[in-house]
Amino acid sequence: MAQPQGLLYSKEHEWANVEGDVATIGITDYAQGSLGDIVFVELPKVGARVDQGGNVGVVESVKAVSDLFTPLGGEVLEVNGTLEDDPSLVNREPFAGGWMFKVKVSSLDAQRANLLDAAAYEKLVAESEH
Amino acid sequence: MPLPSSTATPLLFEQGQPGRATPYVAATASARSFLPREMMRGDDLELPDLSELEMVRHFTRLSQKNFGIDLGFYPLGSCTMKHNPKVNDAAAALPGFRDLHPFTPDHLAQGALQVMWELERALSSLFGMAAFSLNPSAGAQAEFTALLIAKAYFKNRGDAGRTTVIVPDTAHGTNPASAAMVGYKVVSLKSKENGRVDPEEMRKAVGSDTAVCMMTNPNTLGLFEDEIATIAKIVHDVGGLMYYDGANANALMGITRPGDMGFDLMHLNTHKTFTIPHGGGGAGHGPVGVAAHLVDFLPSPMVVRDGPEGRTTDAHTFHLDFDRPRSIGSVRSFWSNFAHAVRALAYIYANGADGLRKVSQLAILNANYLRVKIAEFLTVPYNEICRHEFVASAQDLKRETGVRALDLAKGLLDSGYMAPTIYFPLIVPECLMVEPTETETKETLDAFVETLRSLVVSAKSEPETLFNAPQHTPVGRIDETRAARHPDLRWIPAQTGAR
Amino acid sequence: MYTPHTARDIDEMLTVVGAPTLGELARVPDAVALKVRLDLPQATAEIDLLRRFEHLAARDTGVAYRQFVGAGAYHHYVPPVLGALAMRGEFLTAYTPYQAEVSQGSLQAIYEWQTYVCLLTGLDIANASVYDGATAMAEAAIMAINATGHRTLLVSRAVHPNYRVVLKTYADGLDAVIEEIPDTAGGITDWQQLAERLAAKDVAAVVVQSPNFFGNVDTPDEASQQAIKAAGALLIGVVAEALSLAVLQPPAHWGADIAVGEAQSFGVSLAYGGPYVGFMATTKEHLRRLPGRLAGKSVDAQGRTAYVLTLQAREQHIRREKATSNICTNQAHCALLATMYLAAVGNTGLRAIATENLRRSRQLATAVANVPGFRLAHQAPFFNELVVRVPGRAGDVLAALEAKGILGGVDLGRWYPEYADAILMTATELTTDADIDALSAALKEVPARAAAV
Repeated sequence: MAQPQGLLYSKEHEWANVEGDVATIGITDYAQGSLGDIVFVELPKVGARVDQGGNVGVVESVKAVSDLFTPLGGEVLEVNGTLEDDPSLVNREPFAGGWMFKVKVSSLDAQRANLLDAAAYEKLVAESEH
Repeated sequence: MPLPSSTATPLLFEQGQPGRATPYVAATASARSFLPREMMRGDDLELPDLSELEMVRHFTRLSQKNFGIDLGFYPLGSCTMKHNPKVNDAAAALPGFRDLHPFTPDHLAQGALQVMWELERALSSLFGMAAFSLNPSAGAQAEFTALLIAKAYFKNRGDAGRTTVIVPDTAHGTNPASAAMVGYKVVSLKSKENGRVDPEEMRKAVGSDTAVCMMTNPNTLGLFEDEIATIAKIVHDVGGLMYYDGANANALMGITRPGDMGFDLMHLNTHKTFTIPHGGGGAGHGPVGVAAHLVDFLPSPMVVRDGPEGRTTDAHTFHLDFDRPRSIGSVRSFWSNFAHAVRALAYIYANGADGLRKVSQLAILNANYLRVKIAEFLTVPYNEICRHEFVASAQDLKRETGVRALDLAKGLLDSGYMAPTIYFPLIVPECLMVEPTETETKETLDAFVETLRSLVVSAKSEPETLFNAPQHTPVGRIDETRAARHPDLRWIPAQTGAR
Repeated sequence: MYTPHTARDIDEMLTVVGAPTLGELARVPDAVALKVRLDLPQATAEIDLLRRFEHLAARDTGVAYRQFVGAGAYHHYVPPVLGALAMRGEFLTAYTPYQAEVSQGSLQAIYEWQTYVCLLTGLDIANASVYDGATAMAEAAIMAINATGHRTLLVSRAVHPNYRVVLKTYADGLDAVIEEIPDTAGGITDWQQLAERLAAKDVAAVVVQSPNFFGNVDTPDEASQQAIKAAGALLIGVVAEALSLAVLQPPAHWGADIAVGEAQSFGVSLAYGGPYVGFMATTKEHLRRLPGRLAGKSVDAQGRTAYVLTLQAREQHIRREKATSNICTNQAHCALLATMYLAAVGNTGLRAIATENLRRSRQLATAVANVPGFRLAHQAPFFNELVVRVPGRAGDVLAALEAKGILGGVDLGRWYPEYADAILMTATELTTDADIDALSAALKEVPARAAAV
């Protein structure tokens, strides 16, 4: 699956969709595929200050628990409460209904430099699959 | 009418009728006359009342849905599922042991104390340690205990900078988990191509921050770490301690000893090597052994023998020693999983020194025999003389047929065998870890080989059968995703007290 | 022993393996090969082996005494039906139920155990068991530290001293800080002091035991519960005598976020201290912090009810250094015994047995208090244990009782200097009129003797 254009990606397989100074964040299709059936997502608290690359939660599948890192730092504005009842959304729609949290981004330009665009992330995934 | 084993057994909570329970103890009063009302529980407790026969049938039916060593071959790698001699249980059930209260004064508990003392001495001799503590309840707790001992040792030496634990990538998952529990940082060490720890890598990994190197030998691939003496020296040269994970001790007895290899601390799983029944997941027993410089830090209490050196006679007495100022403390409510100490000692005495060496030799023979036979039809990545277990891989089979280690495991269940350990160690893809133990006959091993061979053949002709296995077990493959997404971990009473 | 190989088997197998001898096959590098003679006896035939252990067991003369010893391990009646069922090899010789398809017996029994623990404690969820009461308490403390981000544990001085030693041992590994909450002269936790200490809001958990080590019911009132909650701390409720849950208010009722304890009383032999079985229950909120194994109900490929170990991703074999705990082997067989015990005695029986403990311990209290020079140390309601102040030193009185074939209890001075003249005494459904009469008669002879010493 090609990586959606216009998003920013981290090397830890998270994506961010930036609109104004608000970023919507989730994990990529590749990440959900590697984890398998996701059974639980632990998200940061609304209002928490998070740093770029910081460990903000946990994604648990039947066979693995993975730390969730945030690709962008700032203040957590909102979390996707639907995932509490239906974590499988992350498997089914990683880039849409399976979004995880929104961050009000501080100093976006400085942070953006540490992230990948769709093409670069695609290359990263292709290399990991070898 | 005999019940087919696949029939669902209703929960205890769905059986019985109020008032039907067997009156084992006569009721002579009402609790109300003894306690203030506000402290008393109301009618909220709704446990089922079953007749004894209902209860007997319930658990007998449940037992029929279980597979144990007593039913068939159990080649579960790393778990040493050997025969559990029944005499050990008989010894543990002697009233003098079974009914003894842990706060019985020492002079009225001499038999129990002697058992503990003799087991401690036997293990120390067998594994080349200065002393053992029988305190920890299982292997994982023993690892934790040993790391606390290491931490206390360094602290006592004023050696504050030791913060890391080195763990090879073949290690049991408990090793890093235990290290984290005592606040150590884990450094993982990549194995070299022959599946063993690389002394050069070790040299690069160690430093003044090295607290402990945790290893098992034979390692989890079943291979003997031939360079263990060199590795131990590298760790000791930087002031670190060597820790031996005794999960694989069944391969060593009377052949070599962790103490001779240079280990400073170790644990044993007596529920593996020393035939304690595993009981469906415990209780275990995890004695921790240490070299002389660490004895002071062992948990409290230790059993001490009073009287002259030499063979124990009736003139000797024993006592629990709590006066151990440098001890790390204790990791359980009472002294030891004592009933298991009785079983382990009975096993040691039944075999004797030469018998235990024979045990390890035959465990190695059985494993190698299976390895050679299985290598005829499955990949064995490290196909050389192994110890008590070895690892095969279904990676090539999977490429060819789509059949994975998991599918082979489920096929074995259908054929009346327990499956080997699968997907561990992590460094071998699609791995099956096979540990036959010394108590299995050649006939059993031959039959197992032929069953596994036929499964591999059928993987090539009709893989679907294996994808759908098991079919002949009480239930088929279970929806683990559903179990984890919607955890149902208990029965819940109907709101209106309908039962 | 127990190895089935004939000489011919060995020869044939060595040929297949390509090794000349067993010794050669098992050879290790000379540098590490065993060079000493092991200090072990030679093999013993089973008939002699059992004789040897019978001889050793007979040296445990304490089992024949009249028993008033409890303090965290209890003499209770064990219906023979338990042994008959629990020793079935299908249960006894099974490994942890990883291959669920052939482990439905163990798994359903764990699910039933988890249910019993929930019903008894009043909490939402319970695990498959932990090693014993003390380790259950330590694991609960780790949960609280992770849940709150605080590192201070406030532990009542009326909690079992052995449990506190274990907690301290675990805490040394975790860099957690333990502070003691004092006990009152009345033999319960000083709840007033607790409230003051909580004000700093740096506490991970408050740890209390009820019935406490002195036998007294010792639970926080509404105000204390509120104070704990307001401080952002968790309340860990410890129950070292699980039988008390049949008649006393459950931990959930008195505000416990985590209830832990010892279920040895449910059919598990005393066995000089183990193996026993720790239980652990908590609220739904803490589900993913609960250590150890959990059996869950699901369905198989054909939609049939099936049980399976679940939420395993939290555990050490997958998560390694990030696991919730390193526990793997637990106390499955003891938990099975406890489940069988509860199924055998039922609701009616459990209440009857608990009530008999209440009755016998009060009979004991009355008998002892009627002996001149002896008095009850506390007035608080108790379950089956009580503290008795004696004339002189407790150790001397216990020795005098021993001479009469009685184990009179536990010397409290061992842990509490202010109780050097006090004995913790226990009565259960196994205690008889004759036991209490004998104790009473022996105590009447004690004062003179103690004074003479």
